[in-house]
Amino acid sequence: MIDVNPTILFLLSPFLAALLSPPLVRLMGASAAWLLALVPLSVFIHLAGYVPQVAEGEAFTMGLSWAPSLGVNLSYYLDGLSLVFALLISGIGTLIILYAGGYLKGHKEHGRFIGFMFLFMGSMIGVVTADNLVALFIYWELTSITSFLLIGFDHDRMASRRAAIQALVVTGGGGLALLAGVVVLNLATGMNELSLILNSGDTLRESPFYLLVFWLVVAGAFTKSAQFPFHFWLPNAMEAPTPVSAYLHSATMVKAGVYLLMRMNPVLGDTTVWETVLPVFGTATLLVGTLLAVRQTDLKLMLAYTTVASLGLLVMLTGFGSEKAVEAAVYYLFAHALFKGALFMVAGLVDHESGTRDIRRLGGLRKAMPITFAAAALASLSMAGLPPFVGFMAKEEIYAAIAAGDAWSMAITALTVIGNALMLVIAAAVAIRPFLGAPVETPKPAHEGSPLLWVGPVNLAAVGLASAILSATTNHLVISPMSSAVAGSEVHAHAAIAFHIGLPLLLSVLTIALGVALFWLLPQLRYAMARALRSIGWGPDHGFDQFMSGLVALSAAITRIIQNGRLEGYMTTVFLVFGVAIWFSLYNYGELPDLPQFVAPTFYEAGIFLLALLGLAAVIYAHDRLTAIVSLGIQGFSVAVIFILFGAPDLAFTQFMVETLSVVILALVMTRLTLDKTDHRPFGEKSFDITVASVAGSGFAVLMLAVLQVPFDPRLSEFFSAYSRVVAHGRNIVNVIIVDFRGLDTLGEIAVVMIAGLGIIALIRIKGRQPRSEAEG
Amino acid sequence: MEVYLALLVGCFFIVSIYLLLSKYVIRILLGVAILGNAVNLLIFTSGRLTREVPPIIPEALQVPAEATANPLPQALILTAIVISFSFFAFLLVLGYRSFQDLNTDDTDNMRFAEPVDQLPPPKGY
Repeated sequence: MIDVNPTILFLLSPFLAALLSPPLVRLMGASAAWLLALVPLSVFIHLAGYVPQVAEGEAFTMGLSWAPSLGVNLSYYLDGLSLVFALLISGIGTLIILYAGGYLKGHKEHGRFIGFMFLFMGSMIGVVTADNLVALFIYWELTSITSFLLIGFDHDRMASRRAAIQALVVTGGGGLALLAGVVVLNLATGMNELSLILNSGDTLRESPFYLLVFWLVVAGAFTKSAQFPFHFWLPNAMEAPTPVSAYLHSATMVKAGVYLLMRMNPVLGDTTVWETVLPVFGTATLLVGTLLAVRQTDLKLMLAYTTVASLGLLVMLTGFGSEKAVEAAVYYLFAHALFKGALFMVAGLVDHESGTRDIRRLGGLRKAMPITFAAAALASLSMAGLPPFVGFMAKEEIYAAIAAGDAWSMAITALTVIGNALMLVIAAAVAIRPFLGAPVETPKPAHEGSPLLWVGPVNLAAVGLASAILSATTNHLVISPMSSAVAGSEVHAHAAIAFHIGLPLLLSVLTIALGVALFWLLPQLRYAMARALRSIGWGPDHGFDQFMSGLVALSAAITRIIQNGRLEGYMTTVFLVFGVAIWFSLYNYGELPDLPQFVAPTFYEAGIFLLALLGLAAVIYAHDRLTAIVSLGIQGFSVAVIFILFGAPDLAFTQFMVETLSVVILALVMTRLTLDKTDHRPFGEKSFDITVASVAGSGFAVLMLAVLQVPFDPRLSEFFSAYSRVVAHGRNIVNVIIVDFRGLDTLGEIAVVMIAGLGIIALIRIKGRQPRSEAEG
Repeated sequence: MEVYLALLVGCFFIVSIYLLLSKYVIRILLGVAILGNAVNLLIFTSGRLTREVPPIIPEALQVPAEATANPLPQALILTAIVISFSFFAFLLVLGYRSFQDLNTDDTDNMRFAEPVDQLPPPKGY
C-alpha cells in the first residue's frame, strides 16, 4: 500500500551527513563545507525533478511501514506546499552549510556545529514532507530539540543557555499541544495520513472536536512561529551563531507553524473562529514585532523582530479567508525566505569582518565590503517592497488581497500599512547605516569575507531579483501549485512587476512615503519606544523567568515533601496506600467476604496457632533486642509445625533450618553491636504505627478470606500430580516441580542466593572509607 | 480451617508491618523476617489445606492414591523461604556494616545520601 521510493533516501540523507560532518571537518578543515554542501544540493536537485509534475497538480505519497497496527507510518507527502517548503529548506540549506563553513572556521567544535545543522535540516525537511501525523509530530519535536542544541551551542555563556532553554520550553510545549491535537484529529476523522485528511472535505469542520483540534493546532503553530504573546523566544534565540539565526530563525523553523496552519487551512479554515483568531493574533504580532524592531540597534535583533512581524503577517494572511490572501501569503513567504536569509547572513558577515553588529558603530563599509554591500542592498530593496524585486510583488499581492471597503478589512489594511512602513525603516537601516556615509572605525579593520561567506547572501539576493523578473515562471512553478495546496482548490497566480494603477499601488506608495518619513525620525522613534517599554516594565520575557523559577521552587517543594529522606515516612506511605487500596476496592466493588463459618480446630492445631501468636506478641513486647530475637524463633518454629500438620514436611524441614540459622546469626551479630538500651517509640507514634499496621495487615486477612470464598482452580496442581511420576520419574511431587517442571526458577533462586552471598562477602571484606565514623572519631 | 489461618496471616502481617515502621534497623530486620513467614503462610493457605497427607506418590503407583496436600504452593514457598533467607542475611550484614560506619541503627540519623540541609536547586540557567 505504501510506496517505497528512492526519494525517501534523499529526504533522510541530511541525517547521514550529520554523522559524517565531524570527521570530515577534522580531516579537511573549513573546506569540508564545499563537500558537505553537496548533500542538501543533491536533495534540492532531486526534489526539483518533481516540480513540473506538481505544477500540473499532481501529488505524491511514499514512505515506509513503521507500526501499521497503530496506524503509524514513516510516510511522506509531496504536493505544491510541501515541495516548495522542502526546496527552500534544501536550497537555502546548501548556502547555509557553505556559510557555516566559513563563519565558524577554526572553531574547535566546527564539525559538531555543522552536524547539528544537518540534523536540523533533516528534521525540518521531515516536518514539511511528513504525511503521517505521528511522523509529523516526531519531526516537529526534533526541530525543537536540534534548535535547542544550536541556540545553546556557546553553552559556556549563560545568555546562550537561557535562550536555548526558553526556545525548548516554548516550542516544545507547543509541540505537546500539537501531539494532543494529532490524537484528537485522529479521533475526529479516524485517519492518520494528512493526504487522506485533506480530502475528507467538511468532516473535521462538522466534527464536535473541531474547536479542540483548532486550539491545539493553533497552540503548536503560534509557539513555533513566535506569535504574540509567545514572540519573546525568537529574538533571544539570536544568541546562536549567525548561520543558525539565518537558517532556523528566519527561513525555516519559525515557518513550521505557518506551514502547519497553511497545511490545515483546507480542512480547518473557512470558519469564523479561524478567520478571527488568526488575523487578530497575526496583526498584533506584526505591530509588536515592527515596533520592537525599531528600538533595537543590534543588526541581528532588528532583523529578528522583523521576522516576528513577518510571521504575524503570514498568519494574518493565512487566516484572512480568501484565495487571494492565500496567494499573497505564499508570495510573501517565498520572498521573505530569500531576503531575510540573505540579510541575516549579511549581518553575520558584517559582525564577522568588522567586530560589531551595532548600527551606531558602523558606517561606510561599502568600500571595504563591496560584495556584501551589493547583497545587502538587493535583499533590503526586496524587504522594503520596492520594484523590481519579489518583495514588491508580494506586497502588491497583500494589498490587493486585503484592501476592501468593510471596517474589518480597513482596520487590518491600515495596520498592515504601518507594519510594512516600519519594515521598510528597518530594511533601510540595515542596508544603509553600516555601508553608506562616512567610514567609522570598527573594532576590527573591515575587509571582504571569504567566498564561503558571501556566496550565500549573494545567491539568495540574486534569486529574489530573478524570480521577480521571471515572474511568469515563478507563478507557474512555485506560487500557483503552493497556493492551490493551501487553498484546497486550484489557484492561478498572475502577479507581475508591471505597475497596475489601482488601490494596491496607491497603498504601496503610501507605505513607502510613510517609511521614508519614519526613517528620518528613527533615533526619536527608538527613544520613544525605549521609554514606552520602560514604563510598561513587565513583559512576557521577564514572565518566562518568573514562570521557570516558580516551576523550580514548586518541584523543590514537592520533592521535599515526597522525598523527605525519612525511611519510616516512605514505609508509612507504602503501607497506608496499600491498606486503603485493599479495603476501599473490596468495599467499593462489593467484594467483601461473607462472615466465614468457624469449624473448631483440633486441640493441637489450636495450640500451635496460639504459640505463633505468643511468639509474635513477644517480639513486640520484648524490652531488649535479644529477647525479641529469641521470640522471633518462636513464631518461626510455629510456622514450621503448621507446615508439618498440613502435609508439607519439606517446607517444615527447610523452615526449621532457616529459622535456626536466622536466630543464631542475628544473635551473634547483635552481641557485637553496642546499642542504646531502649528503642521504644513514643505513645503517639506508636498508636499511629499500630493503626497503619492494622489497616494494612487486616487488609491482607480480608483479602485472604475473600480469596478463600472463590472456588479453587486445581488444574495446575492436578497436572503436576498426574505427570510427576509418569513424565519426570519422581515420587515427591514438590521436589519434581522444583528441580524439573520449574527447574529454571530454581536456577534463578540459586543465582539470587549466590549474589546475596557475594554481596555479603563484599560488605564484610571491603572496608569502606568510613566517612562519618572517622569524622566523629 | 483456612479461616483460622487467614486470621493468623493477618496477625503476622500486622506485627511485621508494625516492626517495619520502626526507626531502628534491628526492628526492621525482625519485621522482614516475619513478613517472609506471613507471605509464605498466605500462599500456603490460598492453595487450600489438606491435613497430614504430603504430596508423595506411593512406590507402587503412577499417581497419588488419595487426595494429597496441594504440591504447587509448597514448591513456590520452598523457593521463597530460601530467597527470603538470603535476603534477610544480606540485610542483616548491611545493617551491621552501616552501624559500623555510621555508628547508629536509627534510620533518622542515616542522612548520608539525603542530607537534611540539602541546598535548594539553582534558579538560574
